[in-house]
Amino acid sequence: MNVAVAKTGGGRAVSDLFASAEGRLSASPDVIAARREAFESYERLGLPHRRIEEWKYTDLRALVGEVLPLAAAPDAAALKRASDAVKAHAIEGARKLVLVDGVFAAELSDVKALASEVSLMTLREALQKDPGVLKTVSTDAVIALNAALATDGVVLSIADGAQLSAPVQVVHVATAASVSVFTRSQVKVGKGARATIIESFVAAGAKTYQVNDAVIIAVGDDADVAHIRLMDDAPDAVNITSQFVTVGANTKLNFFNMTSGAAVSRLQGFITLAGEGSELSINGVNLLQKTEHGDTTLVVDHAVPNCVSREIFRAVIDDRAHSVFQGRIIVRPDAQKTDGKMMTRALLLSDEAEADNKPELEIFADDVSCGHGATAGALDDTLLFYLKARGLPEKQAQALLIQAFVGEAIEQIADDGLREHVIGMAERWLERRS
Amino acid sequence: MMALLEVKDLKVRVEEREILHGLTLTVNEGEVHAIMGPNGSGKSTLSHVIAGKPGYEVTDGQILFKGEDLLEMAPEERAAKGVFLAFQYPVEIPGVATMTFLRTALNAQRKARGESEYSTPDFLKKVREVSKSLNIPQDMLKRGVNVGFSGGEKKRNEVLQMALFEPSLCILDEMDSGLDIDALRIAADGVNALRSPKRAMVVITHYQRLLNYIVPDVVHVMSRGRVVKSGGKELALELEASGYAQFEAA
Ligand SMILES: Nc1ncnc2c1ncn2[C@@H]1O[C@H](COP(=O)(O)OP(=O)(O)OP(=O)(O)O)[C@@H](O)[C@H]1O
Ligand SMILES: [Mg+2]
Repeated sequence: MNVAVAKTGGGRAVSDLFASAEGRLSASPDVIAARREAFESYERLGLPHRRIEEWKYTDLRALVGEVLPLAAAPDAAALKRASDAVKAHAIEGARKLVLVDGVFAAELSDVKALASEVSLMTLREALQKDPGVLKTVSTDAVIALNAALATDGVVLSIADGAQLSAPVQVVHVATAASVSVFTRSQVKVGKGARATIIESFVAAGAKTYQVNDAVIIAVGDDADVAHIRLMDDAPDAVNITSQFVTVGANTKLNFFNMTSGAAVSRLQGFITLAGEGSELSINGVNLLQKTEHGDTTLVVDHAVPNCVSREIFRAVIDDRAHSVFQGRIIVRPDAQKTDGKMMTRALLLSDEAEADNKPELEIFADDVSCGHGATAGALDDTLLFYLKARGLPEKQAQALLIQAFVGEAIEQIADDGLREHVIGMAERWLERRS
Repeated sequence: MMALLEVKDLKVRVEEREILHGLTLTVNEGEVHAIMGPNGSGKSTLSHVIAGKPGYEVTDGQILFKGEDLLEMAPEERAAKGVFLAFQYPVEIPGVATMTFLRTALNAQRKARGESEYSTPDFLKKVREVSKSLNIPQDMLKRGVNVGFSGGEKKRNEVLQMALFEPSLCILDEMDSGLDIDALRIAADGVNALRSPKRAMVVITHYQRLLNYIVPDVVHVMSRGRVVKSGGKELALELEASGYAQFEAA
């Protein structure tokens, strides 16, 4: 029964897409087989829809409908536009790795500067040896489609004990309209290493496009990692990102996501605490306006004892936008002394704004401290009046209160410069409000 | 002498209930007026309506400020034109640093008046001067607006804003409540320093003591939504002795 439904979402267009993609993805027979298998899996499932529990609030068949044709490799003009966009979104001091329309652009990247501190390959290079990067433990259709169609990505390895002197910024630039872009990257952080990884999604002139990104991150023991994702895609774009993160023992991982663009977006993160004594700080802000739909779905899996996880999320929802937060904390039977807390708050700036919060605790151990909280509400009129009585016009008074609201998540970013950068993104979003 | 504030036969309803029943009050430039009156007589209501707080329905009468219809203006417009209300209960705004708030507010007012915005150094210099004179430590200004401030500190923060914004009409709603004697003197000194021939003040209080520090030109008694008696500063002393009973009956 589902097969027939899947066809409307999976559809002929996607079959053509795979055929056209196959030519671009020259690789070993193993890789071709792995991709084919992933594609068949996608074809069986089709785009996720509301009857798939995990996608209940984000029905891609209704919101997106179809997958657009695969983006062509960028030409010189596209690279020029991308170069300007990369400059506009540069983060001071960061070393860039740039993917343009799903293809690694060495000429826009700081390959040389990075070479001394990390080992770097493109996805294409990595696949010549090993199809392993394409494998993920997931039955999710968008992830299968990503494995089938990923055209490129970065495969980074940070050696044991390495202390990166500058952040690595992976910049995804979209220059082409009416296309889809599939990227897949992998980051390995060695034991005792210290690194800051930034991912930026930006548009260079393109308006309507679809991004499907997958990131696989493995952090070793005793490491200290900051991971910042900044999604600033075009207002008509679609961005579906899947992250798989495994964390070793006695490691600190501080993750932050900013969603401030795209008509439809979903960040789904699957984070497994696989070593004892680690601390996860997972935070994010969704800034949504017009009819934007932004979904943050996180599964934090405490597989071992003695780990701490903290999640702080804020959504600001204007006009007829829709924010979704699904947060699941799993505590496995062995994971005693787990300390997991999750707090999500939505600020509704209009009567038609919508927030769905779905926190879930699945606890199989008995000696744990876990909790979650979720609120949704409007700006406080009393505070607004106080500010207006001091001379602030309505929009400016709102802006101050909104910044304070999102500040509770943004202040979790430890690095001053990065925090200021994210505050700047929020300010620009506030200026875009009509 | 020019009238700065003219409240004429003002009738105000809150949630279907009339609170002000035809209140008339004229405050001229350079004058200090005190308003006294029992709890619930409508003093804060009057101050809120002048500042433009939503939720009050003006059913009759008018309020003129420098001859202009104040009721037609948004609260922020009134502030930019020089109306300032030091609230009886200042709110706490977590996450908005006092310094950021002060600068944003001051510059918003200046911008609305077509004046140039303050540069950061000029602004900091001004804040430092004013806060020093009011005995407000600098690190208090780094905190969220009024967050974790004591009752007295909140009131001093209101006076600080008043000194910074230099409004032409200052309404002080129970500035003295919650202040210890030393803090009261410091705040009153701050207010007195702002007295000028172009500026008027309306001091709402329950206690004659404040009026020893801020000496009024006119004292009004408010009862049940009206001004029932006006007189010189000696009226406050009379009230201290006899209470409000004589007006309540009226
Ligand atoms: N939002 C409101 N809803 C209902 N009634 C209100 C509201 N605000 C004020 N009132 C009523 O209006 C009357 C006047 O209140 P107001 O606060 O103006 O008095 P006040 O003179 O300032 O008193 P106090 O000396 O205690 O500060 C009171 O009876 C009060 O209960
Ligand atoms: Mg009062």
